[in-house]
Amino acid sequence: MRALFFRDLALALRAGGGFGLGLAFFLIVVVLVPFSVGPQSALLTQIAPGVLWLGALLACLLSLDRLLAVDWEDGALDLLATSPLPLEGILAVKAAAHWVTTGLPLVLAAPVLGVLLNLAPGGYGVLVLSLALGTPALSMIGAFGAALTVGIKRGGLLLSLLVLPLYVPTLIFGAEAARRAAQGLDPATPLLLLAGITLAVLAAMPFAAGLVLRVNLR
Amino acid sequence: MELKVTDLAVGRGGVPVLAGVSFALGAGRALVLRGPNGSGKTTLLRTVAGLQAPMAGSVAGAEDRIAYAAHADGLKAALTVSENLQFWASVFGQSDIAPALAAFDLEGLVDRRAGQLSAGQKRRLGLARLMVTGRDVWVLDEPTVSLDAASVALFADAVRAHLARGGAALMATHIELGIEADVLDVSGYRAAATEMASADEAFL
Repeated sequence: MRALFFRDLALALRAGGGFGLGLAFFLIVVVLVPFSVGPQSALLTQIAPGVLWLGALLACLLSLDRLLAVDWEDGALDLLATSPLPLEGILAVKAAAHWVTTGLPLVLAAPVLGVLLNLAPGGYGVLVLSLALGTPALSMIGAFGAALTVGIKRGGLLLSLLVLPLYVPTLIFGAEAARRAAQGLDPATPLLLLAGITLAVLAAMPFAAGLVLRVNLR
Repeated sequence: MELKVTDLAVGRGGVPVLAGVSFALGAGRALVLRGPNGSGKTTLLRTVAGLQAPMAGSVAGAEDRIAYAAHADGLKAALTVSENLQFWASVFGQSDIAPALAAFDLEGLVDRRAGQLSAGQKRRLGLARLMVTGRDVWVLDEPTVSLDAASVALFADAVRAHLARGGAALMATHIELGIEADVLDVSGYRAAATEMASADEAFL
């Protein structure tokens, strides 16, 4: 398990691994929003939490189709499936590696990019907290989607369509927590619900993903 | 313990390919599958390896004993030869990769990236993976593709050593390896009917 985790990290960080893809996309979205909305700092302050969350979510979505497709194409997935590791564990570990290489950089970059959107000073802490709580669920749901579409040529489109509705609850509560904090309100309730969603996803999704992957490997 | 396949029927995409296949593979034995392209050798091997469920019949004594090698070697181009092998060794709970490197003459290539290897060198690395699994039944699908004569001899030696240690090998191959092995011609087991079996595949 640990070997698989570190192998996925090493692969993502080496040339051609696509480590910076999500981060670059996030940066582009957030930098372009002030240009498209116009120089109204009050409006930017109002929409900043939502834009940051949406950017992070789309950046995460962008890298999902490589989560299992690479291992499928070079045959490693078949070999992993016949190894002593349980498929559920393999998927959970791959989702964890995906989070470390995609979700975590987004969490760390968000406060810096918040400055570009004139985010209210009180919102930074909760924005980072809500992203840290929510992005693991995005990676795990993504692993489920990837397991569902593995083996389909150009499965990325289908994957996005399947995964997007599952991302909605995380987006709603994550952005709501960040918005409340930015407006000086108490963000505790959406944060708790967000944490609850993430925990439920982490508990149930590896098994669902393992089940569909087993069907898809036949 | 022997691997026992009883009255096995296998299919691909819901269509039966082979039916009524039975064989037993004891310790120290090798079984070579023969048959023309498309006759179902790969499907049979995937079923024995547990990657797909049999349509009928049973595979006994295969639990956690099989090291499977398919057409694709599962190598990562960005990792070096030793990193690739070390990864599979740790997945299977082993640590020593030196004997595998020696058996397939890969010692001079340990720091080379797998993406820079030739096709035959990649194949040798893929086969060296079998030795670091510590599993006793090797299930091999066309293991000698893109190997030259010297490498085929290395591979045959590795299989012979594996059999001598009490292992077993089930392989689909067309070339003569010079290993004492039983031969099973799968073309005699072609499934007659083309009726769609319970199609619970996710996307047909």
